Amino acid sequence: MSPTLTDAGVAASDPSDGLAVLEARGSTAEAFGIPLAVLAELTHRCPLQCPYCSNPVELDRGGSELTTEEWKKVLTELAQIGVLQIHFSGGEPTARKDLVELVRHASDVGLYSNLITSAVLLTREKLSALADAGLCHVQISFQGNEPMVADRVAGLKKAHEKKIEVARWTRELDLPLTVNAVMHRQNLHQLPDIIEMAVDLDADRLEVANVQYYGWALKNRAALMPTLEQMEETSRIVEEAEVRLKGVLAIDYVVPDYYALRPKKCMGGWGRQFFNISPAGKVLPCHAAESITGLEFESVRSNHSIAWIWQNSEAFNRYRGTGWMKEPCKSCEFREIDFGGCRCQAFALTGDAGNTDPACTLSPMHEQIFKLAASEAAADRNQFIYRNFAGGTPETGGDHGA
Amino acid sequence: MATPRNRNISVSETSRPVLPRHARLKFDETRQVWVILAPERVLAPDEIAVEVLQLCDGVRSVADMVDQLAAKYAAEREAIATDVIAMLQDLADKGFLTESREKTS
Repeated sequence: MSPTLTDAGVAASDPSDGLAVLEARGSTAEAFGIPLAVLAELTHRCPLQCPYCSNPVELDRGGSELTTEEWKKVLTELAQIGVLQIHFSGGEPTARKDLVELVRHASDVGLYSNLITSAVLLTREKLSALADAGLCHVQISFQGNEPMVADRVAGLKKAHEKKIEVARWTRELDLPLTVNAVMHRQNLHQLPDIIEMAVDLDADRLEVANVQYYGWALKNRAALMPTLEQMEETSRIVEEAEVRLKGVLAIDYVVPDYYALRPKKCMGGWGRQFFNISPAGKVLPCHAAESITGLEFESVRSNHSIAWIWQNSEAFNRYRGTGWMKEPCKSCEFREIDFGGCRCQAFALTGDAGNTDPACTLSPMHEQIFKLAASEAAADRNQFIYRNFAGGTPETGGDHGA
Repeated sequence: MATPRNRNISVSETSRPVLPRHARLKFDETRQVWVILAPERVLAPDEIAVEVLQLCDGVRSVADMVDQLAAKYAAEREAIATDVIAMLQDLADKGFLTESREKTS
């Protein structure tokens, strides 16, 4: 007798192979098994205006959002086909008046539910109702460790103060808490204090996530891109904290891939272990996928089942596996390690999603992109373009985060 | 600076372990396996681990579990105790096991 626990984690530094173990155990799922976790972007509405928002630049309007009944049908279907976890995200998911009802429905159909929130719209009563509805985990985004920087990045006054309050309620209600800190040149100097803040808030996990540069973040790259020196310091701080806080705070660290040598295995590989559903019901291989023009994405409002869309739709199959690859990916020994990096980034920076992600040193564009990032970071232009439905609004007044 | 609270437990025969709220043991009908669902993770415990985890109700002590399993499998108690504690400690170290405790105010 030797009991073992195989970590089929879809987390941490390598968000890979959550499925490998389960597929090996005789999954009924076919070539591309149904993902373990799905991201439900309930709305693109959000009171924050973070300049690195992962939502597309073309936001879905409130009127196009799936209805309560449509989302409930989606949740039921996801549970039936083998999805185990649902991440309620946005925009700001608590901007939906039916969130408690959706969480309760997720619990009823057996889904493990996670709320990814900015927290600023939550009351203690609302959070308590969500806990009662079976919510399993809360992730709150922080833009800094104090209001001056944090509220500037969020583009909302008193946001930071509110987040701290909600984080405390979360722990009082005995809900596990992840602090998500998106890092960039304007707040990296606060990282040691953000780590202490996470400990002080009694968080279980801290995500130190460097900005990924597509969509809104690409628009704001000049204001956000860290310097190489900042990155080296960041890695040192994270490594030191991981050792010091072992058993107290788990830290997941996402490096900015402009400064990496190898591209990230984005989404664990296109159409391989993840999909998300947009506010209007599109089933997407990643939350930025709509930025790739020329791809048609199927909707849950179509006549197709979600499983059919996952397995058969053209958009999911276009960049699946390795068959679509050109050189240098095609003959690369790492092609099944990183699957050529990020398709959205390849599209944004080279105009062709089928090219190697320029984050890879083997990409002919890597050198150029790296130099551009370094020069943008050095130029130190700090004005944000805030995220909103109007296509973005430049920051006004003040000295920008000097 | 806040005093870091070590949330990990040290598993012994007197521990009364239980899965915390954020770790759910569940049978995955689609894949026909037991899983532990946790934030951003899915763990796949084997059959014996599942049997042990089903005994983790926050009331039973590890010693009781070991007695029960030793009787059921007619196995040497000491060997079972070693394996069970190692497995539970592994889970505790990952943050997916807690100890039941009296609520104090």
